[in-house]
Amino acid sequence: MKRVHALFLAAAMVIAAGCGGGSQSSNAPSNACPSSNAEKQIKIGFIGPLSGDVKTYGLSALKGFNLALEQAGCQAGDLGIVAVVDDDRGDVNEGQNVFTKQVSQNGVKAIVGAVTSNVTVPLSVKANDQKIVMITGTATADNVTVDDSGNRKPFVFRAAFADSYQGTAAAKFAVEKLGAKKAAVVYDKSNDYTVGLSQSFRTEFEAQGGEIVSFESYGKDDTDFSAIMTKVAAANPDVLYIPDYYNKASLIGQAARTKGVQAAMIGADGWDSTELNFEVMQGGYFTAHYSSDDPAEAVQQFVKDYQAKYGERPDSFAALGYDATNLLLEAIREAKTDDPEQIRQALQNLKDFPAVGGNLSFDEKGNPVKGATILQVNADGTYSFVTKMEP
Amino acid sequence: MEQLLEQLFNGLQLGFVYALIALGYTMVYGIIRLINFAHGDVFMIGAFVGVLGYSSWGLPWPVAILLAMAVCAVLGVVIEFLAYRPLRHKGAPSIAALITAIGVSFFIEYFTSLDFVFGPDHRVVKLPFDIKRYSVGGAVVTNVQLLIFGVVIVLVLFLQYLVRYTKMGKAMRAVSQDMDAARLMGINVDRVVSFTFFIGSALAAAAGVLFAFAYPQIKPFMGIMPGLKAFTAAVLGGIGSIPGALLGALIMGQAEVLTAAYLTTDFKDAVAFAILILVLLVKPAGLLGRSGPEKV
Repeated sequence: MKRVHALFLAAAMVIAAGCGGGSQSSNAPSNACPSSNAEKQIKIGFIGPLSGDVKTYGLSALKGFNLALEQAGCQAGDLGIVAVVDDDRGDVNEGQNVFTKQVSQNGVKAIVGAVTSNVTVPLSVKANDQKIVMITGTATADNVTVDDSGNRKPFVFRAAFADSYQGTAAAKFAVEKLGAKKAAVVYDKSNDYTVGLSQSFRTEFEAQGGEIVSFESYGKDDTDFSAIMTKVAAANPDVLYIPDYYNKASLIGQAARTKGVQAAMIGADGWDSTELNFEVMQGGYFTAHYSSDDPAEAVQQFVKDYQAKYGERPDSFAALGYDATNLLLEAIREAKTDDPEQIRQALQNLKDFPAVGGNLSFDEKGNPVKGATILQVNADGTYSFVTKMEP
Repeated sequence: MEQLLEQLFNGLQLGFVYALIALGYTMVYGIIRLINFAHGDVFMIGAFVGVLGYSSWGLPWPVAILLAMAVCAVLGVVIEFLAYRPLRHKGAPSIAALITAIGVSFFIEYFTSLDFVFGPDHRVVKLPFDIKRYSVGGAVVTNVQLLIFGVVIVLVLFLQYLVRYTKMGKAMRAVSQDMDAARLMGINVDRVVSFTFFIGSALAAAAGVLFAFAYPQIKPFMGIMPGLKAFTAAVLGGIGSIPGALLGALIMGQAEVLTAAYLTTDFKDAVAFAILILVLLVKPAGLLGRSGPEKV
């Protein structure tokens, strides 16, 4: 699932890069803080895919990383920052190699990365064992910050919401903003991503006093949703939750409309693609990490700074990389030392840190307590910013 | 009650599309005892040609369907000529032909996935007409469903006429009974086989376009599952039997939809295949298949 999700994000990124009108340079941006003259120094590492299939992710995240360091003047309190940048090529083994290199050769104490969930999960185990603070911008898999039995890895944090949060945000949006009382949910039983989202949606929707009138699964190769949608139409829900990737969501949306389902459709970040069937899905809402159209001051300031430096609009990877870096810098400022244990404590204790993603604090699982951006699908192939769901 | 009726329509829609594909499987098997695994991919090519025909090349959609049928009919003949005929002439064992069929299937799938052909991504199908919904006794029927019912019935009647009342049909039946005897009677067996592929592939192409109308997304690997299901339908009905393929396909369609509607979608394929297993246990030749001694 992680790989599929990563692939999808890759597609979304390529598109995002294309929309930015940017001929994205294939050369990685140079290291913003190669050395420092400060008396006390701390080395922080960046790990992300700067080449290979998903390189646009890593390049965007690195741009966010560099921008944050530059704005901080390579300084966090008294400590001078020395950055070490390495390429994991989106490859699990390569990620572990560069991690070992950064920690044992470069003496890195904290790491911003990795970018994709598949690389980040094994690194999170290593970082936690070796007591290196790690904060990832974009790895959304739930098991990045907790192990398989749900125990927290205390040294690992992330700046994006975890997959399971999106469903909760979508349910809240449905109840609070759309006034929904009855919801139908369809999910792909073979895909952890959609299973997790549908369950968290269900839990939250019922907790808010709503009723799930239909909870239907399908297989990954299914194309015929007419039977399910006939049932859904008969149940007459107010909202239809379709937390799948853009291609399946489009097919399901078409079947829903054909069968006369009038409900508002809601999806997740998997919808964020130019390949979505906009004509069919128009009017639908989905939860996203970030929108450059978000009128919030922090977002607009970031978009302006980023555009001034790189001449393109920042995508979610850049925004989350930027946030992750700033969170880490703030924790170093607070801790006033390069001791990972104290930085970790400071990070965990941050309260309402003003970031692009909102005012961030971390919950006990190392996930940021922050809102999800709700976007609406337009028939002309664009999204409009609707609102932000605060946690 | 209305819901049951509507679900039955959903099942018919799926079953009718399976039927068109299953006919190709069953005809080819009936004539040369070959399971043509590339059939599902011919179905895919049909869907692409049809959809591109009206969306990119500006043809009216009925013409696009005919074009898809024509292109695939020729493709079917070419596949038979290049891949299966040389094996048959050399008297290769049937397992060689079967493996060749799998190879052809993979070739078509991966070749069409190349960027300069169709590309690996799925494409959204824009219907050439608006979806209209009619109420029949409280159940909703769409114009897409009516189109599918109409086209499939016309094609099946045409096929029935072809097989029963034309000279070529007579030749096909003769070859399916005994290829060597037919050859001795002066029937050009190769031409009959080519013709069978021609007709079967044209039907698959029509199924492809209709499938794209009903489930509006196409991709190079879209033929695998419908192909497999249609093949199962053909076996269920008795492979080699044309009415059997129809019956099998309708049962498969209803089994899938009704299971999804009244049990759970988790079991929908399981139930369809369980029916297949039960039927084969009781009637190994399939519902309408003739069981006879294997010809040597």
